Amino acid sequence: MSTTPGVPPTGDDAIASSGKAAVGLVEDQLEESSKPQQWYAVIWSSGKARVGVIILAVYILVALFAPLIAPYSPTDSSFLPLSPASGDHLLGTTTAGTDVFSQLIYGSRVSLLVGLLGGVIATIIALIIGMISGYTEGTIIDDILSFFTNTALVIPTLPLIITLVAYSEVRGIALIVGVIAITSWAGAARAKRAQIITLRNRDFVTAARFSGEGNLRIIFREILPNMSSLVVAGFVGAATGAIGAEAGLAALGLGDNNAVSWGTMLYQSNAQGALQQGLYLWVVVPGLVLGILITAMTFINFGVDLLSNPHLRED
Amino acid sequence: MKYFVRKIGFFLLTLWAVVTLNFLIPRLQPGDPAEKLLRNLAGKNAQIDPSQIQALRTMLGVPDGSLISQYWQYLGSLVRGNFGVSYTYYPFSVIEVISKALPWTLVLVTIVYVISFVVGVVLGAFAAWKRNTRFDSVVTIGSTFVGTLNPFWIALILLSVFAYGLGWFPSDGGYSEATPGFTWSFAYDVISHAALPAVTLLIVTPIGWILGMRNTMVLNLGDDYIRLAKAKGLPNRTVALKYAARNALLPSITGFAIALGSVLGGAILVENAFDYPGLGRLMGEAVENKDYPLLQALMLLTTVATLTANLIADLLYGVLDPRARKVDA
Repeated sequence: MSTTPGVPPTGDDAIASSGKAAVGLVEDQLEESSKPQQWYAVIWSSGKARVGVIILAVYILVALFAPLIAPYSPTDSSFLPLSPASGDHLLGTTTAGTDVFSQLIYGSRVSLLVGLLGGVIATIIALIIGMISGYTEGTIIDDILSFFTNTALVIPTLPLIITLVAYSEVRGIALIVGVIAITSWAGAARAKRAQIITLRNRDFVTAARFSGEGNLRIIFREILPNMSSLVVAGFVGAATGAIGAEAGLAALGLGDNNAVSWGTMLYQSNAQGALQQGLYLWVVVPGLVLGILITAMTFINFGVDLLSNPHLRED
Repeated sequence: MKYFVRKIGFFLLTLWAVVTLNFLIPRLQPGDPAEKLLRNLAGKNAQIDPSQIQALRTMLGVPDGSLISQYWQYLGSLVRGNFGVSYTYYPFSVIEVISKALPWTLVLVTIVYVISFVVGVVLGAFAAWKRNTRFDSVVTIGSTFVGTLNPFWIALILLSVFAYGLGWFPSDGGYSEATPGFTWSFAYDVISHAALPAVTLLIVTPIGWILGMRNTMVLNLGDDYIRLAKAKGLPNRTVALKYAARNALLPSITGFAIALGSVLGGAILVENAFDYPGLGRLMGEAVENKDYPLLQALMLLTTVATLTANLIADLLYGVLDPRARKVDA
């Protein structure tokens, strides 16, 4: 988890040396077969990543088919409040008379949506800043962008997110996604900058430059495809962070109060004194499914790490 | 020397950047805080007398004038340590409110920070040394699962089991005795209130150290000097502790600032769940009551704390690793 500029590569900075590592990866596989292993095969080769992919797939299916799986609408409050778990209400009902199980199922939509959008936006910001910064290394543009990146990296994320959200009047999903994205791109941008610096003096880039290609074309068409594993790792990491951040915000009561998410379920169950009234499932289950989702995504990132860092591969 | 000058220069520049950011964030929002506050008190549709707003502005010290002159005013009041008056705890100043809450968070965060560093580094080193064994899997998988749980949720679970269920610990607050003082019974009172918040944070914070240490050490174990040490016939213990772990520990230092950021972030959730009287709960209150001066000061304080931690880590790194100085010079 190195974060300081200019120190020898460590932790996630090991990605910085993945140019070299990627070559080693290809060489390793040349011994086995003539074709390099595809990226998905490398990820699948890790047991942890395999578990992660399967769990994530289940969550995605649940979110997609939520109306079919959930017995009731998540906002339907026509049931008897405080019912214990039963056949009609698998996880009981809330103090407001809504069905906890239905809320749980629909809550997956918010988490996955926030993860997807937050991850995509953060990755795009990281890509643009990291790639321009790395490609112009040593110039004033790089100095300025690197300064922004390093500053963003040392500002603690959750307090900043809370402050930004606190000032806004309307707290919709869009605001939360935006705030999370603009506060969480820095680590990935730094990794991408380091990667592009190792790539930009390769022969194929020189060749492209000599053949008269423009800078933007070289960055996005020549160099970018060679760092896809880093981009994927950055995306999964950002998405994981976004899901966690949304849950944290919502648990504090700063979420989108019109949407049903696992975080807002935690907030409401706490605010309504669910624990004192013995409604344990209302509290326990949302946090548990959230933890399992984030763990699954972290496992997937273990697999993505193997792409860029063969040393970590499980023998 | 150049290395240290550069690091201090970066620190000062970032400090200026975050101070400016802190100045700009509230001003990016439309509307007048004084008017907003009155509207909150009076209700959405009530008629508000402009002179009331003006009175409130004078009372709370809400700045007037152009953005530039506001900026100078802001910088000036920062230098004088004047953060304005808290809306929630009026007439107490933000500084007074914060200095009351600070010791609680300081003690909690320091204890958690130190323990999670020691636990994380030791577990990470063992996991790397016993790589691909059952121990390694248990540590990596276990810490990933446990470390990604929502601290707020863990807090609720611990509350229901140990506070409401078993009644071993109090459920909220920082102390329950009427007379705080330097007595044994009060110390015990404080510790029993801090125990559950600390345990909650200790569940989620070591993961960064564990995975960072493990991955660095796994990389180091493939290095030639480790092979040499083994070939020389040095005992495993020596190779693991004095060679691999020692060198893997060094890069962990750069994680200090990030780790502090995550502990502080976790503290916000945990303090609100336990109603613990520290800065995190204060932040929750500031958000709830739209107490912008308090919120702004808290944000600045947290950021400056992590910036300083980062600077210390950088300087320490420069002292410990001569290579860092050379690369950067």
